[in-house]
Amino acid sequence: MIIRLQNLLSVVMLSGVFSLLSAGMFVTLDAVDVAFTEAAVGAGLTTILFLGALALTGSAEKAPRQRSPLPLIVMAVLAAILIYGVIGLPPFGSADAPAHRYVMPEYISGTQTQIGIPNIVSAVLASYRGFDTLGETGVIFTAGIGVILLLRRRLAPRVSPPEDDAG
Amino acid sequence: MKHHIILRIGAKLLIPLIMLLALYVQFHGDYGPGGGFQAGVIFASAFILYGLVFGLGELRRVAPLPILMKLMAAGWLIYIGTGYLGLALGGMYLDYNILSSDPVAGQHLGIFLIELAVGITVASTMLAIYQCFNAHQSGEMTENE
Repeated sequence: MIIRLQNLLSVVMLSGVFSLLSAGMFVTLDAVDVAFTEAAVGAGLTTILFLGALALTGSAEKAPRQRSPLPLIVMAVLAAILIYGVIGLPPFGSADAPAHRYVMPEYISGTQTQIGIPNIVSAVLASYRGFDTLGETGVIFTAGIGVILLLRRRLAPRVSPPEDDAG
Repeated sequence: MKHHIILRIGAKLLIPLIMLLALYVQFHGDYGPGGGFQAGVIFASAFILYGLVFGLGELRRVAPLPILMKLMAAGWLIYIGTGYLGLALGGMYLDYNILSSDPVAGQHLGIFLIELAVGITVASTMLAIYQCFNAHQSGEMTENE
């Protein structure tokens, strides 16, 4: 079992593997749309983008100048809070979990009559929760603009004279 | 990239298939798993494979950053515009029921437009981010034909 790694390349590879495994987990939970997204975005594209970022920053983590116990304490407290929160969740697959009670029955029956498409996930995503998806698309757009603004300068000078360094 | 003939031929065989899969995921998302988000990522990954094999310079010739930036904005605007179209036709923002005389057909049209908008924005944004992150290699990679 690997607890800590200094080689960031291995960290990226492991996170890709983890992502692919969680995609498999989502398939066994019948969440095919989520599994699809996880496999395409998490295992595929994010790994490639991380590798690109590593090429910019270098692939070995610098050794910290002094070891402080503070991050460990923060993480332990956070883990305790999260585990405490998990205890309060309704049992897995329970039909009267809050997520299944309020709007969900309406979505499930309404998708057939109001929207007329078989994939309920698409109906919720694009129609019932259209505002959410509008915001998500905005987040992606903003992320792209941010990266372009920060890193475009590296790209720009080499675009204009491609013939100059032909030799 | 004069060598690596297996890589080049393999990529050339795979890229059209990846694009076809992306289009399938995009337009079949109402019926099976998938949708604009996944399709955009898969479509971008076809271009990224092209960039990995043939070099970033070649990728930037095929998908120049200025065009990607326009596409990013275009997808976002199609989404917002679909919302305003609902307003203009007398409904609420992002209300698809009135896009067509039949509410169910209107929903189909609305979801189609929204997924298309998401797909365009996601694909172009991912490609733009990929190009920016790998910009440092373009010096060596452009003239490698």
